[in-house]
Amino acid sequence: MNLAIQPERPKPNSASKAKAIIETRDFSFAYGPTQALFDISMDIHKKEVTALIGPSGCGKSTFLRCFNRMNDLIDNTRILSGQIKISGIDIYKRDVDVIELRKHVGMVFQKSNPFPKSIYDNIAYGLRIQGIKRKSELDEVVERCLRGAALWDEVKDRLGDSALGMSGGQQQRLCIARALAVKPKIILMDEPCSALDPVATAKVEELIHGLKTDYTIVIVTHNMQQAARLSDRTAFFYLGKLIEYGPTEQIFMNPENPKTEAYVSGRFG
Amino acid sequence: MQRYFHDELQELRNKLTLLGEKSNDAARLSVESLLEGDLEMVDRVLALDDAIDELEKEIGHACMRYISLRSPVSTDARLILVALKASHDFERVGDEAHTIARKARDILIREGRLSEPLKFKEMSRLSSNLLNDAITCFVEEDIEKAEAVIKMDQEIDALNKHHYEILTAETMQKQLSDASRFDAVLISKSIERIGDHAKNLAKEVIYLLKGN
Repeated sequence: MNLAIQPERPKPNSASKAKAIIETRDFSFAYGPTQALFDISMDIHKKEVTALIGPSGCGKSTFLRCFNRMNDLIDNTRILSGQIKISGIDIYKRDVDVIELRKHVGMVFQKSNPFPKSIYDNIAYGLRIQGIKRKSELDEVVERCLRGAALWDEVKDRLGDSALGMSGGQQQRLCIARALAVKPKIILMDEPCSALDPVATAKVEELIHGLKTDYTIVIVTHNMQQAARLSDRTAFFYLGKLIEYGPTEQIFMNPENPKTEAYVSGRFG
Repeated sequence: MQRYFHDELQELRNKLTLLGEKSNDAARLSVESLLEGDLEMVDRVLALDDAIDELEKEIGHACMRYISLRSPVSTDARLILVALKASHDFERVGDEAHTIARKARDILIREGRLSEPLKFKEMSRLSSNLLNDAITCFVEEDIEKAEAVIKMDQEIDALNKHHYEILTAETMQKQLSDASRFDAVLISKSIERIGDHAKNLAKEVIYLLKGN
């Protein structure tokens, strides 16, 4: 099968724009001399789970990190063209407060990274930095977030214990709970289950499925079954280009592009 | 652990049961239309066929969707396979009902009501009960009932043979036109096929529950 890149650029239609919380237009991005993303245009819908899939090096994690400007932390990164708007605001405009942006766009990483503190303090940390000191208020948020992350019943009697003593799956759900504490609108997840066993993965997937009632979730995953199970929409990336984007049912049952078909059916490469 | 997508399997079971009931209704009414001489009932049966076909398509799509998005294994995978096969059996029952209704209309127009000693009523009752039992053993996951269904199909086969002998006998040639006798043989064969589809479903239920 010929996998040469064709100049395809799926364009979001007006109906999808109405529900879009993230609008990306002709977005191109480079690490130094190496262009990583080419003219990406796609809308991400409110209160849905959107999966970004594709082989290693296709640009999906780079694209994810553009949504909360995590790439700003890497030297020599450049936006070559285009824009990303979140809730109608161009997030790369000079006057955008990046700290404020990251409150609205939380992130969960591949490897769980709890602070070496108690379970309670992991959730309360971000709030204390924001100046919230009142214990009753912190207690309320800690409980809300742990409940939101389906963790409360498992840890309510040991909130003072170190988060590092939790299982891998619990640590990842704690990181999700921590992300919820600052009330984000969007949660970005970069391979959140890749280090977890199937049971812990199932729990995190159940959590993500429940969270979309209140949050918009964008997830990068190498696990195609996970993308199929979990997401409402799926975007397939290859060599920095968006090859196909649509309802997950369409991408996995009847993709339009032969490259997508080859990738989701495991015939790629 | 119950996953959020497992509800889709229950929906699939419900749809399959509904399809079974619809096709069983169509089969029962088709014979009734012949016995009652009711041409309006014939039309009602013929109209049911599209709804049955549509439901079979829906089940096929739901199975395809589940396979593509949920990667089922073990019991879940067997359920998908059984749903595909059973929905096809039910659709074929609908087709047999359609055939019976068409033949019934031809006989009624040609002969008026049948007065001959044919055992369509008994045969239809048996096949309808058999199909109903097959659906019940699927819903209740009852292996014993499924095994009973397989054995009971023989009674319907015997009645079909009986019809064939009567309808080809010399005495019958004087009472019914060749065309009507031929149609009656086909009706009998269709009812016998409905019994076969019930038996198929029972076998599929055993496969679903035992895995072999």
